[in-house]
Amino acid sequence: MHQQLADYLLHLADTTLILSQRNSEWCGHGPILEQDIAITNISLDLLGQSRNFYQYAASLIGGTCDEDQLAYLRKEREYKNLLLTEQPNGDWGQTILRQFLFSQYQYLLFEQLQFNKEVQLAAITAKALKEIKYHLRWSSEWVIRLGDGTAESKSRMSKAIDELWPYTGEMFTTADYEIAFGIDTAALKNIWEEKVRIIFNAATLPVPEKVFMQTGGKQGIHTEHLGFILSELQYVQRAYPNSKW
Amino acid sequence: MVDLHNITKQKINTVLESVCDPEIPVLSIMDMGIVRDVLFNDDEVEVLITPTYTGCPAMDMIAMQIRLALLENGYHKNKVTSILAPAWTTDWMTQAGKQKLKTYGIAAPDKKFELAEDGVECPQCNSTNTKLISEFGSTACKALYQCKDCKEPFDYFKCH
Repeated sequence: MHQQLADYLLHLADTTLILSQRNSEWCGHGPILEQDIAITNISLDLLGQSRNFYQYAASLIGGTCDEDQLAYLRKEREYKNLLLTEQPNGDWGQTILRQFLFSQYQYLLFEQLQFNKEVQLAAITAKALKEIKYHLRWSSEWVIRLGDGTAESKSRMSKAIDELWPYTGEMFTTADYEIAFGIDTAALKNIWEEKVRIIFNAATLPVPEKVFMQTGGKQGIHTEHLGFILSELQYVQRAYPNSKW
Repeated sequence: MVDLHNITKQKINTVLESVCDPEIPVLSIMDMGIVRDVLFNDDEVEVLITPTYTGCPAMDMIAMQIRLALLENGYHKNKVTSILAPAWTTDWMTQAGKQKLKTYGIAAPDKKFELAEDGVECPQCNSTNTKLISEFGSTACKALYQCKDCKEPFDYFKCH
């Protein structure tokens, strides 16, 4: 049970860390200052969430394990993040869409996790939910603005949907450690699709028909992008072992 | 009978009043409502605090400042413990704290604006003819506004 809970926590921690890292690439490059600040704020919230999950996981693993070891010293195959979160930023539209698809999922999932019988997991997710509400509202508004914007912004959003949609199915395929822990993400699929459809309709964007869905992230099988992210994220700790700020 | 713990607790609260939020230095951590309790374990003082936002970088610094303040006041054995549940809410901010925020030029959290929307009262001229510029401001806890009457931009401390 401990092992499965630790694996599940790592999945939650890795997912939020990798999306945080991706969003932080916008720091100083956002389309306008206010939105640069917004995306990096979201990045910070996600980083805080990942720290809470890593600290909790480290306490279960025990020994000398700590949050830094888990973030900086595990290899690509040990990372359990959702494939969606490691996809490149692309243009602003693609980054927004990735955030929206994820935030909608995270909101529905954490709404349930806040009542989990593991009190620490419940506490972390209840707190995060207040932040996710803002992420979801902000990214929804941007999806609508860009989808229902100019011909250029609409075509970019459509391209982003084609690019990212194949990575959404994985959210609802349940991993062994989720099943063992009583988490049924498949049950969230319909409500997630319904919520996404409402925003896409408002944005005059088409909801894709059935497409082949990529999976593997939850088990450590990743797209080619994760290795590059980790080499940047982990560089200092690998080059100068045990260095501290 | 005099309750020694109560007296010590009051003294410690006074010490904690002197610890400020590094991002909003007019607010003490008592104004913010992040101190949940003070415990005594034999000769050790334990301060329980709750983080405002999950990723708020000020929290580590606040914990360090609490420990320093306790040391300076002779409480040599001390520790700070972070607790997550129940989650911090702006409801725990004191009235005095809200007033200090306003004087400092930051609109205080207002239940009417559970989510940041146009119309938050301008801390400079009290007009409600204001516009939300961005739901995300200079720190995790704030949103950015502009007053359409006095034209001043200002921060709003979001309800949380």
